[in-house]
Amino acid sequence: MTATDGARPAIPGTLVFDGELARRGYALNKMCYSFNERANRDAFVADPESYMRRYGLSEPQAEAIRSRQVLALLAAGGNAYYLAKFAGIFGLDMQDIGAQQTGLSKDEFKARLVAANQQ
Amino acid sequence: MASIIGGLATSHVPAIGGAIHKGRQAEPYWKPFFDAYPPVQRWLGEQRPDVVVVFYNDHGLNFFLDKMPTFAVGAAPRYCNADEGWGIPTTAPLAGCEDLSWHLVESLVADEFDIVTCQEMLVDHACTLPFRLFWPQDEAPPVQIVPIAINTVLFPLPTARRVYKLGLSVGRAITRWADPRRVLVMGTGGLSHQLEGERAGFINKRFDLAFLDSMERNPEWATQFSDRELVAQAGTQGVELLNWLAMRGALSAAGSSVTTVHRNYHIPISNTAAGLLALQVA
Repeated sequence: MTATDGARPAIPGTLVFDGELARRGYALNKMCYSFNERANRDAFVADPESYMRRYGLSEPQAEAIRSRQVLALLAAGGNAYYLAKFAGIFGLDMQDIGAQQTGLSKDEFKARLVAANQQ
Repeated sequence: MASIIGGLATSHVPAIGGAIHKGRQAEPYWKPFFDAYPPVQRWLGEQRPDVVVVFYNDHGLNFFLDKMPTFAVGAAPRYCNADEGWGIPTTAPLAGCEDLSWHLVESLVADEFDIVTCQEMLVDHACTLPFRLFWPQDEAPPVQIVPIAINTVLFPLPTARRVYKLGLSVGRAITRWADPRRVLVMGTGGLSHQLEGERAGFINKRFDLAFLDSMERNPEWATQFSDRELVAQAGTQGVELLNWLAMRGALSAAGSSVTTVHRNYHIPISNTAAGLLALQVA
């Protein structure tokens, strides 16, 4: 993941959700915000392409939604808090999402969390 | 005049709500977390606060990026929880303390904090879960609340120094409130965690323990950090410690020192280093 912070020092493996990402991701985040309501989640599941068009997602955003790849969703301007509502549609928990982003199995990811006790 | 009896801070991980709903408190994964709360519950039983001012962050239930307030003060008669999209059972509404809300609105604006005032406000797990932890027997806790939301979603965040000053201003206003009620101040969220990016799962125990120490003895320690420095140290969601800092600022306004009633630190709950702190104004 590349930092987009101009002169600011980058934080490895981390995107800071600033104005640049907020501009890039607005349509995607607005769609994910709508998933607070069950009727909207149901409408998305029934016809994802039509639902994405209604919110005006860009093609990279739509492709990231289709792929369900969190790193791609973040690169498309998605914010973790709103993306969590998208992930919830598929019953993914935070360890599923953490494992996917770090390339670990879920058990490996959970073991890494526990290992933080040894810091 | 009102008095501030103390402050509470706790993590607010959504999975806690699921564990409570399914009655998993005694399971090995959850026990070290839930076992920390009874001493604080007993202390609350003795102290009997009437009103709780809650510093928390909204995760996209009440606020979206179309209008994102840096500081938002609730001024509603009641605060409802609602579906956040991923299946945590909705909790009972919390009663609002409109008298204190409007006193705080007047005081904060006079103190040059340009807040957003909310006469309707949905509150998410960050505001509701702590009440389930501190008053587990009560569907609705025996207190009224004033929620104050701090932006931790869209950068730039308010600086840690500004957040501490917000807490100081809230604390001064409470001590000047011409009302005999007993007020508790709460900050929710943290400690270190990061949900997204290749660094997902990041936890910084050393930083968390230093932060906990600072809450007790050196409350302005964390005000040295910028928002991005806090991300680097505590993770993208670890910045929620700003809510703790606001709580601590309010206590600093109420007395020269605090004593620790109880403190706990446990890794992990979900992807989070879970913290609990109860402070009494000396």
